[in-house]
Amino acid sequence: MTTAALPSSDADPFAPDVLDDPFPLHAALRNAGPVVHLTRYDVYALARYEHVHAALTDWQSLQSGAGVGLSNFRYEKPWRPPSLLLEADPPRHDAPRAVLAKILGPRALRRLREAWFADAEKLVDEVLADGDEFDAATRLAQAFPLRVFPDAVGLPKEGRDNLLPYGDHAFNAFGPPNALVKKGEPRVPELARWVGEQCRRERLAAGGFGAQIWAAADRGDITHDQAPLVVRSLLTAGVDTTVHGLAAVLHAFAAHPDQWRRLRDDPALARVAFDEAVRWQSPVQTFFRTAARDLAIAGHRIPDGSKVLMFLGAANRDPRRWRDPDVFDLSRDPSGHVGFGMGIHQCVGQHVARLEAEALLTALARRVERIEPLGAPRRHLNNTLRAWESLPVRVHPLRQ
Amino acid sequence: MATDLPAPGTEPVPPGPAAMRLRVAAKTPVADGVVALTLTAPDGRRLPDWTPGSHIDLVLPGGLTRQYSLCGDRWDAHAYRIGVLREPAGRGGSAYIHDVLEVGGTVAIGGPRNNFRLVPSDRYLFIAGGIGITPLLPMIRQADMLGADWRLLYGGRSRATMAFLEELAPYGDRVAVVPQDEHGLLDLPAWLPAEARADTKVYCCGPAPLLDAVERRCAAWPPGLLRTERFVPRDTGAARDEPFQVELRRSGVSLPVAPGQSVLQAVSAAGVNVLSSCRQGLCGTCETGVLDGVPDHRDSILDDDERAAGDCMFICVSRARSERLVLDL
Repeated sequence: MTTAALPSSDADPFAPDVLDDPFPLHAALRNAGPVVHLTRYDVYALARYEHVHAALTDWQSLQSGAGVGLSNFRYEKPWRPPSLLLEADPPRHDAPRAVLAKILGPRALRRLREAWFADAEKLVDEVLADGDEFDAATRLAQAFPLRVFPDAVGLPKEGRDNLLPYGDHAFNAFGPPNALVKKGEPRVPELARWVGEQCRRERLAAGGFGAQIWAAADRGDITHDQAPLVVRSLLTAGVDTTVHGLAAVLHAFAAHPDQWRRLRDDPALARVAFDEAVRWQSPVQTFFRTAARDLAIAGHRIPDGSKVLMFLGAANRDPRRWRDPDVFDLSRDPSGHVGFGMGIHQCVGQHVARLEAEALLTALARRVERIEPLGAPRRHLNNTLRAWESLPVRVHPLRQ
Repeated sequence: MATDLPAPGTEPVPPGPAAMRLRVAAKTPVADGVVALTLTAPDGRRLPDWTPGSHIDLVLPGGLTRQYSLCGDRWDAHAYRIGVLREPAGRGGSAYIHDVLEVGGTVAIGGPRNNFRLVPSDRYLFIAGGIGITPLLPMIRQADMLGADWRLLYGGRSRATMAFLEELAPYGDRVAVVPQDEHGLLDLPAWLPAEARADTKVYCCGPAPLLDAVERRCAAWPPGLLRTERFVPRDTGAARDEPFQVELRRSGVSLPVAPGQSVLQAVSAAGVNVLSSCRQGLCGTCETGVLDGVPDHRDSILDDDERAAGDCMFICVSRARSERLVLDL
């Protein structure tokens, strides 16, 4: 079989201007071919839906155990002990994943539903009581997960402000050691120490996700050595991601008043709206895998041990898969997007994120007739996350 | 060796498998009264991921559903292997597989589902009776891969009836093969100390008398050290691979679901939006409330109690045991 030469590019996906506006690079990579060699980092980029989806699901060919960032754990020491979930392969991945999937499964979350819906109403009431103009990134998208998630985990009240900077650094660390990583490094020892402390059994309130992880260790479903690292996964991946997912959907509605009207007419669309926003913005933009052996992707040779960079955000807007991909549209079925990944490593907390979003959007739709942007939204740059610093909005509450 | 990554479906929404029908790619006798089936997707796509201890449901003619442990290689994403013992006293499920189902034929399956997970341990003792070896084969491979200290005690009526002996041969002394006609019943007291060893997990699968004996022997052990799997054929109603009717209560719509179609596809085609993701019964996104009727669960998520409750289903793969299902949609 003859195949076209492997296209290459010297673009830097982690340069500030690209992080700020990744869409031109995404389109260029998709158009260049199914695989593009990024010469600057010597990695193989996938940006089309078909190939990103295939790479995400084929854990046999593309491993996670050598790290899901640029750093290759075959040769480099990770900045922290690797995650037992994200940075592990079968068979070691099996037990921690099974335990956490049960604890965070849709049926297990039913007991939180009522309380989270009530919390969302309370938060919306408080924010509206302070006025119609506010920063939706901090007052809602950050405030709501920080209100409900640490409680659900069973964390103590003090020190919760460490969660966002810790997560921010962890997601920067998947990229190259650029200025964003350097900026976070001074606080790493302090933040990592705090997070490590919170993973201990004594720190975690009875009944919470954390205590349930330790109970699984008592049953022997995971080892006691694994329990704190599984708790750490919740603290690393459970906050920033949902914050920016919620920010994405709030930004989407501020920018699309017609879609907000649809949600208000049919609040059952809240779940679809959140997933459509996750597709449209892809809060987690990229992850790497490592070739488990010499492979071919679309006819191109990928040598054993090379890093493969999957552009989830580009796949989620691939016109080969999505009609009018750049449009945020509640009549679309966003099912099958790869914003939560796919396959055995698919976001284990996706049902938590969806429940948080459903609660917040339902509460907002009940109180707010219209959301409009108030000045330019500001991005927060992160090597992996599509994040927001500020989303100033003015809302028009319903007359009650 | 270079391999091409398989391409997923890129057809317009809603893609994904309907009820999964697999093709018999190979059928091999592996012992007296035991055949091994290799099952693959007719279109060659990846099969849903599984872990050691998983089983699939085979939906057989006459409303029978039978569970078989996956005993192949999970590093091959394109094939499942099961071992099927002919059970003369059974209701015809195994006879159908032995006598009727041929290479090239297809069979509807559910799952895979795992009620018998391999948990981490420094040491394992695996105890198999007869066809109970099947779930233990992939466990053994993984325990060995992880460098655990493991032993297998494998009993059967006679050597000729014991499947997969040649696959176990390379493990040498770690495997004790104990045919009853040569050595009598398994000497459980010699293998299972009265007092548990906290660093050893015991996995046992086999006929009920063996499981009973092992459980008695370990009765005083702390929970979690002994893990067993019993296959009790449960006929909770006829499994169906036939059309049925779905009523969407909130939408006020009633529609038929054809055999080759998933409930999710039928519902989406009727214009009712249900969020889904993996479309393999793995991720749980498309959970839907069941108000009336009996779901035929084909997912990998619900445990036995949750299945029996019958109050929800994953409509990307699960179907109906009753003529009619009423969903909270």
